[in-house]
Amino acid sequence: MTNTLHKTLDSVADTQDFLRRHQTKEMLRFMTCGSVDDGKSTLIGRLLIETGAVYDDQLAALHRDSEKHGTTDDSIDPALLLDGLEDERQQGITIDVAYRYFHTAKRKFIIADSPGHEQYTRNMATAASTAQLAIILVDARKGLLTQTRRHSFIVSLLGVRHVVLAVNKMDLVDYDQTIFDNICREYRDFATGLDIPDIHFVPISGLRGDNVANRSDRISWYEGAPLLHILETVYIGDDNAIHDFRFPVQRVNRPDADFRGYSGTIASGSVHVGDQIMVLPARKTSRVQSIVTFDGARASAKTGEAITLTLADEIDISRGDMIVQADHIPLVSRQFQATLVWMSEQPLVPGKSYWLKQTTRRTSAEVESVNFRTDVNSLQQMDCASLKLNEIGECRISVHDPLVYDAYRQNRRTGSFVLVDRISHETVAAGMIVIPIGEVSQGDHWDGELRSKRLQYTPSRVSSDSRTKRYGHSPLTILITGLSGSGKTTIAYALEERLFAQGRAVMVLDGQNLRRGISRDLGFSAEERSENLRRAAEIAHLMNQAGLICIAAFVAPDPAIREKARQVIGTDNMLHIHLSAPVEVCRYRDSSGRYAAADRGEIVNFPGVTIPYEKPGDANLVLDTERLSVEQCLDLIEQLLSRKLGVAGTKPA
Amino acid sequence: MQSTVNSNVDSESALGTGERRTHLRELEAESIYIMREVAESFERPVMLYSIGKDSSVMLHLARKAFFPDKPPFPLMHIDSTWEFREMIEFRENYVRRELGIDVIVVINEQGVRDGVNPFDFGSRVYTDIMRTQPLKQALDKYRFDAALGGGRRDEERSRAKERVFSFRDQQHRWDPKNQRPELWDLYNTWVHRGQSIRVFPLSNWTEFDIWQYIELEKIPIVPLYFAAERPVVERDGDLIMVDDERMQLKEGEKPEMKQVRFRTLGCYPVTGAVPSTATTVSEIVHEILTTRHSERQGRAIDRDEAAAMERKKRDGYF
Ligand SMILES: Nc1nc2c(ncn2[C@@H]2O[C@H](COP(=O)(O)OP(=O)(O)O)[C@@H](O)[C@H]2O)c(=O)[nH]1
Repeated sequence: MTNTLHKTLDSVADTQDFLRRHQTKEMLRFMTCGSVDDGKSTLIGRLLIETGAVYDDQLAALHRDSEKHGTTDDSIDPALLLDGLEDERQQGITIDVAYRYFHTAKRKFIIADSPGHEQYTRNMATAASTAQLAIILVDARKGLLTQTRRHSFIVSLLGVRHVVLAVNKMDLVDYDQTIFDNICREYRDFATGLDIPDIHFVPISGLRGDNVANRSDRISWYEGAPLLHILETVYIGDDNAIHDFRFPVQRVNRPDADFRGYSGTIASGSVHVGDQIMVLPARKTSRVQSIVTFDGARASAKTGEAITLTLADEIDISRGDMIVQADHIPLVSRQFQATLVWMSEQPLVPGKSYWLKQTTRRTSAEVESVNFRTDVNSLQQMDCASLKLNEIGECRISVHDPLVYDAYRQNRRTGSFVLVDRISHETVAAGMIVIPIGEVSQGDHWDGELRSKRLQYTPSRVSSDSRTKRYGHSPLTILITGLSGSGKTTIAYALEERLFAQGRAVMVLDGQNLRRGISRDLGFSAEERSENLRRAAEIAHLMNQAGLICIAAFVAPDPAIREKARQVIGTDNMLHIHLSAPVEVCRYRDSSGRYAAADRGEIVNFPGVTIPYEKPGDANLVLDTERLSVEQCLDLIEQLLSRKLGVAGTKPA
Repeated sequence: MQSTVNSNVDSESALGTGERRTHLRELEAESIYIMREVAESFERPVMLYSIGKDSSVMLHLARKAFFPDKPPFPLMHIDSTWEFREMIEFRENYVRRELGIDVIVVINEQGVRDGVNPFDFGSRVYTDIMRTQPLKQALDKYRFDAALGGGRRDEERSRAKERVFSFRDQQHRWDPKNQRPELWDLYNTWVHRGQSIRVFPLSNWTEFDIWQYIELEKIPIVPLYFAAERPVVERDGDLIMVDDERMQLKEGEKPEMKQVRFRTLGCYPVTGAVPSTATTVSEIVHEILTTRHSERQGRAIDRDEAAAMERKKRDGYF
């Protein structure tokens, strides 16, 4: 029963070595989910005992209690360790989450344990918000329940990337492998609809300790690792570490006139002295001059570290601003879509003003409308006007001061927020930002009036003919359309490379890239897609005026909009190449998870999934990218070009 | 964002600046974040400083959090007048003199005049008069709206569900039915006038983490934590140190010199010592890991009643 971890330290020399090893441990925060009586308390108690987190005096008391309760035959009942919560439940005290601690030689663990009642969506969300891993308990006798699905959905929604499905009470089903296998299979099928990249399965008996800390002889058919081993080894390199640098300013540190620093915790990415940064929302740029800590100056710092930055230029920066890497900046807007988990007895009132806290920023916010509510049991989306306690829904939110954010999927720290009631100060909702909504682009600018009648058009004195002579070809826009995953980007860049090698002045205009810059304010509604294409068409037109060949890769699902783009660019200057591949193929090729996200309703208006894609009848060339190789496609495009440009694939004179 | 890293500056690898972040650095960063949040979100924050090891770690973290500035809040010690003498020496010599940090010392003078002591009064009454009441009065007097404390969730079962930011009403009461959910690190710091928040930046630290960190950072602590020959008497199974002439000895009690140390510090007449030979931090760690008794075993104050802690918290005890 008692663990061997600590008993082997026979000398102080051992201890020093032990201390040194322990000082380099990592930390894992995990949560436990299960319905009442699935054995959650038993399992947690077991983990605490086996790792030595229970002191001898507590253990002795546990032995006495176990005898008294007569709960189990000869041994102790680990669940009694957690009895504190039981008492409180009876007193009607709200326990949302209890935290417990244990450690092994490899890691320190923090368990967030939330009670498994029906109505406790809010507590699970709280526990999941800081968890890196979730243990989902299933009673081997009962198999997957509605609750299992609900727990998994919430875990996935809150961005927990690692799940261990622990099939418990294996002792009560004679350690039967087929029962375990069937539960695993069923769960795997179910989980494909969720966003959980890493799932482990382990058969256990929390009561008897099978496969908890040690591999069990009674489950010899199981070849995987015991639960504790999984917890000790699952890869938890901070996913945020690889992302773009984000540093919400928490405090301006100004001890005297000579020093002005910005203190905060790095939300993602890393920073080095000398890096180009931008301060948002003001969009001021500067360089990192120094990274200051109590323990000395640093050359660099990374995700999760609490540091103080000084900058090369004097910029007005205050708490709530965000310092980011200058070439990859987050979104800034006053409106966005977010999934809310409603946490208050008082239902959501659309249009009511709440406080909003996101990173270190406070502002007021209102929920303009609820797009839909997701039933946590059936995962069905349904229309609804408001949200009640424990309900989850996607909403359109507007804020008073612009927020600087990333989508929650990309960045848990910059994509999350809470709503607080202005009078009671109760935390009423947890929010996860889904996608931005454009601020500028409301309405249609294709045929819009000019803002002033006095705007003049001044023609260039360099004629387009002279440009054609200089470049050896006339300007052209090649519009490549097709579904997400049809190969637009691949073909566009390959084509650019080939034409450039032939001496052509050519450049790709990429829909995604535009959204990082000139169309950063745009979302994905039909209007916003249309506006993105309008801007692209204008840019293509400018490039053509400059004499360049422009390769524009866009989904462009709407024939009416494509026609408008053609008018902006000019029919003579444009070739339309459509890439056709069955939607299943595109979906299969898609590595970005966009189809899956669209299926879950996280991306609305996704062509091919939620809105139709009409095959264009006006294309100059249709390429079947399911059958044709990239090279074959390029060859076909080149044949078309040589006719159009009047020059066969030869180097211009 | 690549640039060449000056390896001289960045070579403290075991300290978590290398590839992986260690649990101690993660806990450290979390506590620093919490303290900065407090400094920014409240008008008049204070740090409750009890002179124990947890307070020492908390103070150290506060110095880190605001460097090169000083912590932008005062320290406050609720002095029951029954603390170990070495604790008071540590407060005066190290914190006030050496670090030059301001400490507000609060004593319930009325309680002193009334002769309230831990011998003649039950621990509940004693704690209430000499600690809880003066704490509440001081919070009111200075109009502190946030008070940082060194409590940890692993200390005691009822603390497992305690929030990092724990809301108190105008009467400083903790209402377990009315606590705010804590999501991500987005702490809800909104209060109305007269309400306050108790903040526990060490919530996620365990006793073991505290000792490892003290060792790693070489944080000074009161020498009572280390074993030495000390005059003690055995009382109700506890070893109580005879720290000054006020100690009321019972019939048959005779102080004996024993090699002991303390796992927690407080009022000497109600704080039990443990026999020990540990004179360094690593020896202490060794001892914790092999003797395996919970930290609160030596606190007479906690054995009083089963739900003692819960009740004290509701009354406004830290
Ligand atoms: N046979 C068996 N019983 C178990 C196991 N795990 C838990 N139990 C029993 O299931 C009941 C509920 O367990 P408990 O841990 O209190 O469930 P919780 O409500 O999820 O915390 C108790 O009677 C436990 O003794 C197990 O692995 N095997």
